[in-house]
Amino acid sequence: MTFVLTEDQEMLRDTAVNFTRDELPVKHLRTLRDNGKNGVDAEARQKLAELGFFGVLIPEEYDGVGMGLTAMGQVMEAQGRTLASTPLLQTACIGASAILLGGTEAQKKEWLPNIASGEVTTALALDEGSHHNPTGVATEAESNGQGYTLNGAKKYVQDGHHADVFIVVGRTFGEAGDTHGLTLFLVPRDAKGVSVQTLNTVDSHGAAHLTLEDVQVDEAHVLGAPDKGHDILEPVLDRARIALAAEMLGSSLAAFEMTLEYLQTRKQFGQLIGSFQALQHRAAQMFTDIELTKSCVAAALSAVDEQRNDIAELASLAKARAGETVHLVSNDTVQLHGGIGMTDDHESGFYMKRARVQEALLGSASFHRDRYAQMNGF
Amino acid sequence: MPYDTPSDLEAFRTEVREWLDENCPESMRTPMPEDEVVWGGRREKFKNPDSKIWLERMGEKGWTAPTWPTEYGGGGLSREQAKVLDEEMRRINARTPLFSFGLWMFGPALIEFGNEEQKKRFLPDIVMGKTRWCQGYSEPGAGSDLAGLQTKCEDKGDHYLINGQKVWTSYADQADWIFCLVRTDSSVKHEGISFILFDMESEGVETRPIKLISGSSPFCETFFNDVKVPKDQLVGEVNGGWKIAKRLLQHERSSISASGFGSARGSGMLGPEEYAKIHVGTDKDGKVLDGDLRGRIADHMMYAKAFNLTVRRSGEQAKAGQEVGHTASIIKYAAAKMNQDKFELMIEALGTEGLGWEGEGFDKGAKMATRGWLRSKGNSIEGGTSEVNLNVVAKRVLGLREHQ
Repeated sequence: MTFVLTEDQEMLRDTAVNFTRDELPVKHLRTLRDNGKNGVDAEARQKLAELGFFGVLIPEEYDGVGMGLTAMGQVMEAQGRTLASTPLLQTACIGASAILLGGTEAQKKEWLPNIASGEVTTALALDEGSHHNPTGVATEAESNGQGYTLNGAKKYVQDGHHADVFIVVGRTFGEAGDTHGLTLFLVPRDAKGVSVQTLNTVDSHGAAHLTLEDVQVDEAHVLGAPDKGHDILEPVLDRARIALAAEMLGSSLAAFEMTLEYLQTRKQFGQLIGSFQALQHRAAQMFTDIELTKSCVAAALSAVDEQRNDIAELASLAKARAGETVHLVSNDTVQLHGGIGMTDDHESGFYMKRARVQEALLGSASFHRDRYAQMNGF
Repeated sequence: MPYDTPSDLEAFRTEVREWLDENCPESMRTPMPEDEVVWGGRREKFKNPDSKIWLERMGEKGWTAPTWPTEYGGGGLSREQAKVLDEEMRRINARTPLFSFGLWMFGPALIEFGNEEQKKRFLPDIVMGKTRWCQGYSEPGAGSDLAGLQTKCEDKGDHYLINGQKVWTSYADQADWIFCLVRTDSSVKHEGISFILFDMESEGVETRPIKLISGSSPFCETFFNDVKVPKDQLVGEVNGGWKIAKRLLQHERSSISASGFGSARGSGMLGPEEYAKIHVGTDKDGKVLDGDLRGRIADHMMYAKAFNLTVRRSGEQAKAGQEVGHTASIIKYAAAKMNQDKFELMIEALGTEGLGWEGEGFDKGAKMATRGWLRSKGNSIEGGTSEVNLNVVAKRVLGLREHQ
């Protein structure tokens, strides 16, 4: 386990922090929202591609930079800082990992260079209810000789409103709740029978409900072995949970820094409000929580790069701790800003709205506590 | 002997391994019962005679204080070598030969602030476990505000005269000597404090043990009534004791926190998840039946894991030369919360089994859990209260201002 970044990782972090600060600040998300863009930003996608962020996990042989998850985590933390709406989690983390871990050589050659260059974005179409439940898939995937026919519905698919290709989790065997019988399919957005209902979400990043009606997928677009999709899905989800936790750490840090600055400038009763002990203690407790979460995120990121056997445990730890931290910090950010924090003009609300989405995606703190308890035998 | 290269370290490892093999008695390679812990000093009885041999052998090598200079009886080892020694001792489960406030707290401060004569006089006896030290800091009127201490120390020409009272003096009734903060100038606060040493058998010293909510304790009240102290036993400058005191508190805080307030190992106590499985029961998948309790236990375990990772991160970053003061400042606060949560969950999971006091009818481990639960309430008070800790974080780390 390493907690100290290499020089390359530090350089990438600095690049990403500067980029999101200068090009994708919260103000930018506000503009996208006010112009009805629903978090979609083709220009930003192009810039992310030029910086090589889509290819951080992709090996050089497929045109990526192959720097690993710790490096990717630095980019995610930077985008979390400014709440930037980008396809990085769904495409650079989930899409790239799914194809790397589950794809054939031909599929890797077909998809990975296009992901690295930013030409293709992906979105994982997994959950069917309003809570994360990877084994709860009921979407039917029936073998039809040349391939499969998909029928079902997917809820709140992140990036679903603009992604080029969906990674659909279907059921080829058994019933909802079984780990066996899941299969992953690559389904282009424009495939016949796919309908997309764009959602306006509280965080202004947008999402989509998908309906799949007799969608035909040929064998070449099955990702991994049929019925054994869970074997790919779990490690992919864990990488994504860790990357998302890094993003949440970034959001927590930024909201905390903003709050701390307010405590040091706002005056009431003739005093800086940061001199009141009740507020000092809340700030110190937030700081403590953030420091603990930082350690969990760093440990989980490096566990993946070191291919350790406790990735799943650390993924749940990082996602749950980051969830609790961003929840606390985003709430206190509004409260400590007082009236101004309640206004849409201020950025507090943006952090709190995005926090709740981050918390729900890929499993809430409660989901991961349950999983952690299970992994620890109680 | 500089052992800088990896091959030198490996040679050292071989040497240590061979020495331990020959010199560590068999019974010193077994888990240590509470009553066989060696604190040294005049009153040490060595319940297990092997522990006397073990202490003497380790003391002669200076390996009870591996990194102290050899001229004061220490081992003169580099940090890397000390790590090797520690690893080799762990490998054979060798017991820690000596528990000592002299080793952990007073010695390092004396090495930094004492004069040559004082170091030669006091350090070797600490290394050999011949003198047991206690710490005279808190007073009835000086707890969180330690610098408000009033124990008076007057210059009487050829000696100092001490009058006053200390409280929470751990093992004062067992100790041979005390290192003590006293007031040498009452017209100023921090600048009027001195650091002085004296024998607990001096005339005018009296100790009384303190009983806690958890039962008997190592803590004492200590009274000084016209205690005469030779002038060469004051460390550093007169009125210059506060900076020594602060450095010592750092040693105290880091040793309290790094230990996570002691572990349950070998005590017969189980973790909250184990107690929940036994006393609450599990379903067919092995899940604890009370879902709410199970979630809270998981939350605690994750907090504990996050805490341990943070201690490791702080250590690694320090090694890499990065600034870690920010992280270290929260560790004591987090350790107290973690330990208190753990004991609350343990007795909750135990149910009425966790509500025994003494005698038959209750499991031994469960009774220890009950006492541990009560004792843990002190974790957020001793060595700096949690509130003072948060003040320190707010002001020194976050840069928030003092209230006017």
